[in-house]
Amino acid sequence: MSELEIPEITIPVGPQHPALHEPENFTFKVDGEYVVDVEARIGYNHRGIEKAAESRSYIQNLYLFERVCGICSHAHTTAFTLNIEELLDTPKPPRAQYISMIVAELERIHSHTLWAGVAGHEIGFHSFFMYLWRDREVVMDLLEAVSGNRVHYAVNTIGGVRRDITPEVEKKLRKGMDILEERLKTYRTLALEEPTLIKRCEGVGVLKPEDARRLCAVGPTLRASGIKHDVRANDPYLAYDEIDWEVVSYDLCDVLSRILVRIDEALQSVYIIRQALDKLPDGPYKVRVPRNVPEGESVMRVEAQRGELIHYVRSNGTDRPDRYKIRSPTLGNIPAVCHILKGGYIADIPIVLASIDPCFSCTDRMAFVDVNTGKKWVWTGEQLRRYARKWRG
Amino acid sequence: MGLRNRLIKWARIKSPWIIHFDCSSCNGCDIEIVAALTPRYDVERFGILLRGSPRHADILVVSGSVSHQVAPRLRRIYEQMPEPKFVMAVGACACGAGVFRDCYNVLEGVDKVIPVDVYVPGCPPKPEAIIQGVVELIEKLKAA
Repeated sequence: MSELEIPEITIPVGPQHPALHEPENFTFKVDGEYVVDVEARIGYNHRGIEKAAESRSYIQNLYLFERVCGICSHAHTTAFTLNIEELLDTPKPPRAQYISMIVAELERIHSHTLWAGVAGHEIGFHSFFMYLWRDREVVMDLLEAVSGNRVHYAVNTIGGVRRDITPEVEKKLRKGMDILEERLKTYRTLALEEPTLIKRCEGVGVLKPEDARRLCAVGPTLRASGIKHDVRANDPYLAYDEIDWEVVSYDLCDVLSRILVRIDEALQSVYIIRQALDKLPDGPYKVRVPRNVPEGESVMRVEAQRGELIHYVRSNGTDRPDRYKIRSPTLGNIPAVCHILKGGYIADIPIVLASIDPCFSCTDRMAFVDVNTGKKWVWTGEQLRRYARKWRG
Repeated sequence: MGLRNRLIKWARIKSPWIIHFDCSSCNGCDIEIVAALTPRYDVERFGILLRGSPRHADILVVSGSVSHQVAPRLRRIYEQMPEPKFVMAVGACACGAGVFRDCYNVLEGVDKVIPVDVYVPGCPPKPEAIIQGVVELIEKLKAA
């Protein structure tokens, strides 16, 4: 029987599957217990946001871009408002920059604890998931106190922020930070000492630093491979250059390293929020801006929770953008995750896939390219609509 | 109604199992649905359990403005569920496309593809609102 060749088997995963909640499709070619090849298919989440942005005013777009992704909604609006403010040549007032930064860091804590919980769920460590999600509610309460909503905060606006941080809210924030610091330190100890977690994650999904660079990995995935790259430090925006903080990196290059990077980053966020509250400058938190934006182009880089987020805008002098483009961090991490999945066990697929913290609603943009000839073209809204209708049948 | 049917109905009301399907949602509603399942809100104490397979589930919880690409998959998942089945549309997008109305690639709401029993509006609805939706659905189950 030993010379009997078992052919490679193809396993489709998705669009509906229990591991991640978003619809996407991965096709795995497996040989016995090993993954030989993987093909990612995204696009189930494509809604046509970039095209919709062209037909809406900048103020309406603020709410549209917030809903590109529910987990990194503040990162998207930060990039959008900074872009428009750049074109208008009216930066956010200092107080607004600090408030925006505080919300961004609160969002980072919420996203990283959410992710670490999901990672616990993927490796079958369900109590870790439940504990982290319990403590995540502390951040959700703080976000609700600051912004009035748990998920889409709508804090940023063009020319500042929409809400001020009052002394009562500041008190709540400081109290919350104390609780979170203690809890995050507990989880860090747990990740470093809990034998089941270490045994399951150590040496799984190794992404070597040279591969991470070659495949353009971003964010915590890159930093978990020992490369210290963070837009907040390398190209500071808002008030990050006035705060004393560290870029976290671990050089284990595996899933454990990614868990540790995220927990430590959340701890750094706690320190950033404390300092920002201490240094919170006085003054207005919003300035009036004109509705029409002068002609021009602008690109903005922001460190979202999952990595470097790039927004591009081209304006034409009216109150609507001429072209808007989003490059999300997950798109940069997909080649890396496909690389590290190859050669691994089938049982490791969920945790390795989750380890990049994929967000497909951020990712699914569209461009027309003919892969055979390299030809690119542009379609109007009506052509797109017709194509979508025809595709559905 | 025979004893067997009464017993099945009693069990169904006591422990409705749900399946969650994200139809090109922005993740906002999805994290609130998961928040409803985790310790602070913990709907599992009412016997509500999240399942991975549509064949185990009684209630299909759908979030997101349904994109053209995901619509046939949504229908297929609905068809895979055993009878009697119920659908809960969570979020403004699932109820009627929300902020994505007039986008070229979205259908306006889940009810364009499958019948919906309970609508939970909000962008995103709070976990309390989602629990309220489940309670409404259980009332509907009792009446059925």
